[in-house]
Amino acid sequence: MERRYELAYVVSPDATDEQVTEIHGQVAAIIERMGVGRIEQTDNWGRRRLAYEIGRHKEGTYVVETIVGTGELMKEIDRRFKVTDLIIRHLVVRVDEADAVAERARSRRTETSRRRRVARGLSPDRQPGEGQRGDDEDRDDRGSQGAEVDR
Amino acid sequence: MNGRSGGRGRGKQAGGQGRDAQRRPMFRRRKICKFCADKIDDINYKDVKLLMPFVPERAKILPRRISGTCAMHQRKLRTAIVRARQLALLPYTAD
Repeated sequence: MERRYELAYVVSPDATDEQVTEIHGQVAAIIERMGVGRIEQTDNWGRRRLAYEIGRHKEGTYVVETIVGTGELMKEIDRRFKVTDLIIRHLVVRVDEADAVAERARSRRTETSRRRRVARGLSPDRQPGEGQRGDDEDRDDRGSQGAEVDR
Repeated sequence: MNGRSGGRGRGKQAGGQGRDAQRRPMFRRRKICKFCADKIDDINYKDVKLLMPFVPERAKILPRRISGTCAMHQRKLRTAIVRARQLALLPYTAD
């Protein structure tokens, strides 16, 4: 069963760029060896300050990868990361379900807003220049008040 | 003139809140869930900027009764904060 996971890890600040790429390569190698899954996206945040010291480190290189694969695969990656000294923290999170929930909430909201707009006799989608009218009115009020005082 | 009236408008707006609170100390502003209001569907541990206001100085999670976050979003927020802490994106404690 293929699922989408997110693998986030913090590489020691002593590591060179090559070593960071090598760790990424290791992940790819594990995936190849297991014969399942693929890396969908890799995101290198670069060097960041840690919120607290880990060992003697105050900084770390953050990398986030989106991986589609099985639980077994993630287990293996997790095991490997645990024994890699260069990685000071890592986190595996399953994201497909949360994404689906967010997507459902989004679609439900647009649908209800469309239905309500139709019930009010408006076109289902917001027209340009429409909405945020409250703000405009506020601004007008303030403007006229200012003018009155000035007079 | 334009600049002056604009400046006055801003001043009034900024001062308005404090004055209002002073005048009616019994009435508290009804709290709203930030995530419902801003239509934020997924609360992600990677979005540190979003989580920061919910972990004030002591780095404790801001309770619902203070932040006004709804139950569902507070749960999601907690998960996100806990995950962010594991990756040292957010502190567990302040010093």
